[in-house]
Amino acid sequence: MSMRALPVGDAALLVEVSSGEEAQALHAELLRRRAEGSLSVREIVPAARTVLLDGLTDPARLAAELSVADIPPAPPRARAVVELPVRYDGPDLADVAAHWGVAPHEVARIHAATEFSVAFCGFAPGFGYLTGLPERYDVPRRATPRTAVPAGAVALAGPYTGVYPRSSPGGWQLIGTTEAVLWDHARVPAALLSPGTRVRFVPVGAVGA
Amino acid sequence: MTDRALAVVRAGALTTVQDLGRPGHAHLGVPRAGALDGPAAALVNRLVGNPPEAAVLEATLNGCSLRPRSAVTVAVGGAPCPVRVDGRPVAWGAPVRVPAGALLDVGSALRGVRSYVGVSGGITVEPVLGSRSTDLLSGLGPAPLTDGTVLPLGSPTHLHARVDVAPQPAPPTELVLRVTLGPRDDWFTPEAVRVFTSRTYRVSPAGNRIGLRTEGPALERARPGELPSEGMVLGAVQVPPDGRPVVFLADHPTTGGYPVIAVVRTEDLAAAAQAVPGTPVRFLGVRRR
Repeated sequence: MSMRALPVGDAALLVEVSSGEEAQALHAELLRRRAEGSLSVREIVPAARTVLLDGLTDPARLAAELSVADIPPAPPRARAVVELPVRYDGPDLADVAAHWGVAPHEVARIHAATEFSVAFCGFAPGFGYLTGLPERYDVPRRATPRTAVPAGAVALAGPYTGVYPRSSPGGWQLIGTTEAVLWDHARVPAALLSPGTRVRFVPVGAVGA
Repeated sequence: MTDRALAVVRAGALTTVQDLGRPGHAHLGVPRAGALDGPAAALVNRLVGNPPEAAVLEATLNGCSLRPRSAVTVAVGGAPCPVRVDGRPVAWGAPVRVPAGALLDVGSALRGVRSYVGVSGGITVEPVLGSRSTDLLSGLGPAPLTDGTVLPLGSPTHLHARVDVAPQPAPPTELVLRVTLGPRDDWFTPEAVRVFTSRTYRVSPAGNRIGLRTEGPALERARPGELPSEGMVLGAVQVPPDGRPVVFLADHPTTGGYPVIAVVRTEDLAAAAQAVPGTPVRFLGVRRR
């Protein structure tokens, strides 16, 4: 794995890798090091092609260590799959079907047959960027974002699937709705999805209903 | 009388509960939040004998009015402002005894933006993920105060040394923010980097707890395209497509896709929180420590 560690301010490092899979492997390795006590850091924030480490006392030393580190592939995922019931009734289902070159009910079938994993979180507490669909199913964001996307909306943008934890403005393509509660700060853990979580969407009701 | 509570008579333009924030949850998309002028919040806590993690009120520009239901000690710091108890002027930046039922009025900021109100015992609204801070980006924590809100207060501890008076920095007339370049300075032309660290910007009125926005010369990118979302730190200077730098403050998003040209030293962010719109801003390039 080729890594580039970019200093960020005086106490953080942004470690850049060349793919989402590598970012997930690096994230898993950094979590392992923190758990065993060999890495002291306040935040480990995975993203699309990077992992940010914030709250380091000696970022330069860690950068030097990582430059010669051997990062193993992400370990086999032992965690259980989180199943999200979804009604494929989104207003953009037909647009997504057109991008994919399939019928609308095929969007639901393909999406529900895919095993996703949470690559990273952001945008809002509990919003996960889920990967798993093949690249040919990438879709653009909507040209004009909606001022209000309802909580529970299941949506696509670029290579990602996401579920809106609460109502907010958004430019993703809406394909369905789930009643799962993605974020509840009174629950432990508050976030249903966190980086590394495996996810499946389980259809309920008829497509387009 | 054990009715330890504070009634909000006048909430002001934007008054929120703030403490040290909730760092450690960025990987879940949870911003850190917390007082924007950390040293001022720490000082008002010390003045009333609270531990540093006690929650205080952060008022914006035009203060707030509060009526405690039991006698409390308060201290107002941060942006200098007139302070009155039942109409009588009392000290700013020092502990003041407010009797039960009296009206504490925190006036409009004479200079600066954010005044802090520390109350003995601290504001004890229910914490969320270990913090009582209002986070305006994600909506976590208590909602901004409204007229009629009643806030619970903790019991004074008296375990911490109280100080009677303490010097506070004046709000800046010129904001000088020390920055270390990167991680994405290579997304900008060398000329843009030179402009960024040499020209004067001004604080835009569009700023908030999420970011200090600036007006000034647009920074030209050296490359087109989008950056895949990446983690963001406090003090990151993000440059959106309009080319005007935005300095990320406590409620900043945890990830973002606009390139970060530089990062402001954390110690300089308290002054950024007190810079009124129109204040000149210079970004001073410094070497990494």
